[in-house]
Amino acid sequence: MTENPFDDIPGTTLFDSRKSRLGFHLNQFCMSLMKAGNREAFKADERAYLDQWKMSEAQKQAVLDRDWNGMLALGGNIYFTSKIAATDGLSFRQIAATMSGVSEDEYAEMMLQGGRSIEGVRSRKDLL
Amino acid sequence: MARITAGVATSHVPAIGAALDNGKAGEPYWQPVFAGYEASKAWIAAEKPDVVILVYNDHASAFSLELIPTFAIGCAEEFAPADEGWGPRPVPVVKGHPELAWHLAEKLILDEFDMTIVNKMDVDHGLTVPLSLLFGQPEAWPCRVIPLAVNVVQYPPPTGNRCLNLGKAIRRAVESFPEDLKVVVFGTGGMSHQLQGPRAGLINREFDNAFLDRLIDDPAEQAKVPHIDYVREAGSEGIELVMWLVMRGALDEHVKVAHRFYHVPASNTAVGHLILENAG
Repeated sequence: MTENPFDDIPGTTLFDSRKSRLGFHLNQFCMSLMKAGNREAFKADERAYLDQWKMSEAQKQAVLDRDWNGMLALGGNIYFTSKIAATDGLSFRQIAATMSGVSEDEYAEMMLQGGRSIEGVRSRKDLL
Repeated sequence: MARITAGVATSHVPAIGAALDNGKAGEPYWQPVFAGYEASKAWIAAEKPDVVILVYNDHASAFSLELIPTFAIGCAEEFAPADEGWGPRPVPVVKGHPELAWHLAEKLILDEFDMTIVNKMDVDHGLTVPLSLLFGQPEAWPCRVIPLAVNVVQYPPPTGNRCLNLGKAIRRAVESFPEDLKVVVFGTGGMSHQLQGPRAGLINREFDNAFLDRLIDDPAEQAKVPHIDYVREAGSEGIELVMWLVMRGALDEHVKVAHRFYHVPASNTAVGHLILENAG
């Protein structure tokens, strides 16, 4: 596979064709949570609901574990996986805090102070 | 003849809609955001557009991964607010302008912009939050709205240059519509924000303000900026900014800045807002 220049951007998953193909069924499952009845069925028995979808075991486990970064790595797109968060009653800010490895309070404070600085996170080379 | 008189650019942060809908607009956190739109509400009340062409992106509400149109134009009589998982926003149904929308679709396709025609579509916060910011909380929206959805979820979105040229084509199409209509084009989304992964919460004031400057004075140069620069500098969701170039392309080469506003944060996002009037 040719090297993708976007892979140089740290902490960021580009939702490209690779991810879209990998995550199609995971994202379809997420879309199903747009309907209230499906949200109820999922909450009643998450495992049984997930087993109705052609997802990999790793994808199902990432959903059960609410492993938000894991879902992204397995092809989930944030606008789709955030529907799981909505089903759980979690805000975008709460899952953004989890994905970036800080508490919700720390994340909220960072945003109030002007957000995460770009300095040092432009390129993987910055991290060396 | 229909004519485009002005352009509006604004972020479309969902939490802004939630703050309005839940009566929190006066809270200290939100007050500075809404204060930045007071002049805009007065401006659009005086401008009185007949039609708004609203360029936005759907966020896995109307379009899943089953179908991903790069450019889609809403030709329906009306568009219902989408249920994004918490029930639809309590805002008026959006009334379309099918006659102008179909005219645009036909002219744009013959002008080699291959639009997807949409006859049934719910509209999410990407479309309704900009309406709320400019029009407040009326019983009915005071003008017709033509939704123009751009894919920015599945990589690659259209290039900045393609967006700018689409704007130019929209202007040609509007000006060939015989009815005397006043049209304002909205470009929405952005500014810098990243909603995913360890870099979530990214904000880049310097990039955002340079983007605003160039959008106003040198859009052709801004249109050359490749996607990777947006993703790197403005975050994975900051790439929504290409949609502002559609609006800019529909205006004159020279524009007058009627209003400019920038604020951090609104939830996870930098809020940017411009009102540009044609100046020749």
